[in-house]
Amino acid sequence: MATKQSFFSRLFDGKHAVIGIPYLWFTLLAAIPILIILKISLSEMQGTSVSNMIDWSNGWPKLTLNFSSYQFIFSDSLYLKTYISSIKYALLTTLICLIIGYPFAYFMARSPKHLQPMLLMLIMLPFWTSFLLRIYAWKTLLENNGIINNVLMSAGIIDTPIAMMNTPFSLMIGMVYSYLPFMILPLYANLSKLDMRYLEAAADLGTSPFKAFWLITVPLSKAGIIAGSMLVFIPTIGEYVIPELLGGSSTLMIGRVLWNEFFSNNDWPMASAVAVVMILLILVPMAIYNKSQAEAEVK
Amino acid sequence: MATAPKEINQPAPEVLLRVENVTKIYDGTVKAVDDVSLTVNKGEIFALLGGSGCGKSTLLRMMAGFETPTKGKIFLAGQDITNLPPYQRPINMMFQSYALFPHLSVWENIAFGLKRDGMPKDQIAERVEKMLSLAQLGKFAQRKPHQLSGGQQQRVALVRSLAKRPQLLLLDEPLGALDKKLRETTQLELVNIIEEVGVTCVLVTHDQEEAMTMASRIAVMSEGYFLQVGAPDAVYEMPNSRKVADFIGNVNIFEGVIEEDEADHVTVRCPECVHYVGHGVSGHTGMAVGVALRPEKIMLSDKKPKGEYNWCEGEVIEIVYFGAHTTYHLKLDSGKVIKAQELNNTRDLSCGLTWGDRAYAHWNDLAMVVLAQ
Repeated sequence: MATKQSFFSRLFDGKHAVIGIPYLWFTLLAAIPILIILKISLSEMQGTSVSNMIDWSNGWPKLTLNFSSYQFIFSDSLYLKTYISSIKYALLTTLICLIIGYPFAYFMARSPKHLQPMLLMLIMLPFWTSFLLRIYAWKTLLENNGIINNVLMSAGIIDTPIAMMNTPFSLMIGMVYSYLPFMILPLYANLSKLDMRYLEAAADLGTSPFKAFWLITVPLSKAGIIAGSMLVFIPTIGEYVIPELLGGSSTLMIGRVLWNEFFSNNDWPMASAVAVVMILLILVPMAIYNKSQAEAEVK
Repeated sequence: MATAPKEINQPAPEVLLRVENVTKIYDGTVKAVDDVSLTVNKGEIFALLGGSGCGKSTLLRMMAGFETPTKGKIFLAGQDITNLPPYQRPINMMFQSYALFPHLSVWENIAFGLKRDGMPKDQIAERVEKMLSLAQLGKFAQRKPHQLSGGQQQRVALVRSLAKRPQLLLLDEPLGALDKKLRETTQLELVNIIEEVGVTCVLVTHDQEEAMTMASRIAVMSEGYFLQVGAPDAVYEMPNSRKVADFIGNVNIFEGVIEEDEADHVTVRCPECVHYVGHGVSGHTGMAVGVALRPEKIMLSDKKPKGEYNWCEGEVIEIVYFGAHTTYHLKLDSGKVIKAQELNNTRDLSCGLTWGDRAYAHWNDLAMVVLAQ
């Protein structure tokens, strides 16, 4: 016999509570802040504060949507250039991480079982030191009077220091260095699960090991490649610290533009609009990809 | 000794695969395969039968090229293939787990090997269609492997390994992943397909029924070497050792001594009874032997049989009903327990024996095998 339970007692039973915690977490710490950013982006600065979107002065709510920030983003080519440049650097970082990380993960997954925990440990070892410290360390390595240039000059290989700092090169070094573990770990998890019998079957059917790698290993590790690429691409596109410390003014990244709008120009609506466009830039391709994946599954 | 009927004017069989003194040692000490030699004739289905760890899979993997022998050579159609990598051997294997590529459709799975050979597209399509119809999977060409049932996956795996028309087909526990009922029908389908294509086959299995129904010759393996090689009926009816008799089917073994050794018969005295064997054996009077007697060759009755040979008496201590037949466990006065299998050819349990009854077991003088070892 079905007993009618009140809405609240059903809401707070164990099962719903357990499922509810991550939802609550997501709502409070991701969804609501994003909605606040969206709201701010649709208002304008009035002196030092942000205009109200909903005006209650007449006793009725009056909704004012201000698109001026967005208009400005699309009219000033600087923003567009910065977005393109950010995407370019993020894609390049992802690609380099994939090229370095894939063989790394592959040989890790193929190494003797008793060595694998140690290799995993080595991948995660850098996380024991603060991210900021490690970026600063790169600075001391790459500077004109940094360690690399000093060593090269004292060895007589070069006469004048190579300008590495504040170039796309130093930016890429920092980004690849910082995000490589995020590419390796999901790839390793995926590749270590690969059933070796598929490779044996491929060899049995006349496939050389090199061909089998491209025809079997790579397609079967697609999920790992995508997971690793997402984990690198998404945070790098909005990266602020690395471009700030290693990239210098010549490398355009949207994270630094955001920071400037918030803290230098104090233009919160503008900064929020820049952030919203950035989120859309990431979310839209992801949504399209997810949809196509779901459709492929149904087929 | 009874021999299989010989055909006259049969051409000498052509040897396709020859394994010469092959030994495989793992980690310097573990002998997986120990000095094995064998030949497989063209068109034959040859079974390697043995328990787990007997070396049968290692031997198969050496034929496929996934392992290299520590010692010895393997020849295919006269060519030494011992050190040829698997992708250069005209041998294909059907894996126990099927190993169907999960990211490719049934069609692409079957075409996989053909594409590697650089076969023209229209020929590939033609061959794949042929294979699909052979496996009766035409409707499923565009499905992914995980969308098929176990039996369908098994057929895809088989035709994928047949698509390149290999000289030799290797089957690793081909029916291991299927349930019992499906196994029986699939077994016949498999043999039909293999015979239609006419390919030579080496099959690995731990299931003696599978080996006996599918293979034309069986090699019984244990601890890395062959115990006996022969036709299924020869291995079953004329095992050459206790191990083989014990491994293939059920067997009762009586320990005894040869009492009379004549050219046309021998008698073996055992504590339980005296066996009169209706043919000569290679042995001598006073030699200790084992007499192997299959349960289905023993008849039970409640009346004492006539004569002094080939019967014994005991108490029914267990009755195991299988439907088609019933196995009675008979405890002899010596304490030895023998098994006797009676066919249930009427619907009441025909011999009418029940727990605790005294019963007589008897058998005819060609029912047993005298084993020296």
